[in-house]
Amino acid sequence: MTITKQQDGSNLTVLLGGRLDTSTAPQLDAELKGSLGGVKNLVLDMKDLAYLSSAGLRVILAAQKTMNRQGKMVVRHVNETIMEIFDVTGFIDILTIE
Amino acid sequence: MAELIGQREFPADDRVLADVLEYITGSFEEAGCPPRALMQLEVSAEEIFVNIAHYGYPEGTDGKAKITLSLAEGPAAVVEFADRGVAFDPLAKPDADITLSAEERRIGGLGILMVKKAMDNVSYRREDGMNILTLEKRFA
Repeated sequence: MTITKQQDGSNLTVLLGGRLDTSTAPQLDAELKGSLGGVKNLVLDMKDLAYLSSAGLRVILAAQKTMNRQGKMVVRHVNETIMEIFDVTGFIDILTIE
Repeated sequence: MAELIGQREFPADDRVLADVLEYITGSFEEAGCPPRALMQLEVSAEEIFVNIAHYGYPEGTDGKAKITLSLAEGPAAVVEFADRGVAFDPLAKPDADITLSAEERRIGGLGILMVKKAMDNVSYRREDGMNILTLEKRFA
């Protein structure tokens, strides 16, 4: 998968591309854990995300919990297939999807 | 009658996950399965295979998972996972509570819930010392 970060003060946008699965989820987890200090607005942009499994959901949930304590998290550009995964798992009610 | 389209044995190790998923989606793509159903099969197969790889066999042992692919009437894609690991029925646990907030939410059980929602049929049986988990996805 590809992870591209764009930081502007306390605003961080993370562009996700490719596959967020059992093999790649630890990579995103480590990347987010190392970047969220001082961040008040986190945007996860999923425009180029092709695949998401429950290992990826676990990382997204952890990021949401962190941001609940220190600011706000928004998920953007979710495609139809990934929206369906958010829907059946109830993530659609937990996340702020734009 | 289901028509066998392939059978392969893999090490029960998540390092071969990409090979397992490619084997399954590649075979059913050739059989005419459309992209949306393929993706649902892929997400579901990942959950089942990773479960076997992580929990099926004691650490340090070389376990295997045998994957059998067939086409049933419908048509439907059928994926059977057979392993000789500890007896475990992933369908026996209650579904994850998807109404909880992020703070209350635990991730356990979500994977199997996704599988149940994405597939048309999921079944488990213990037979001859093996766990046999079958996924079935109809496609037009």
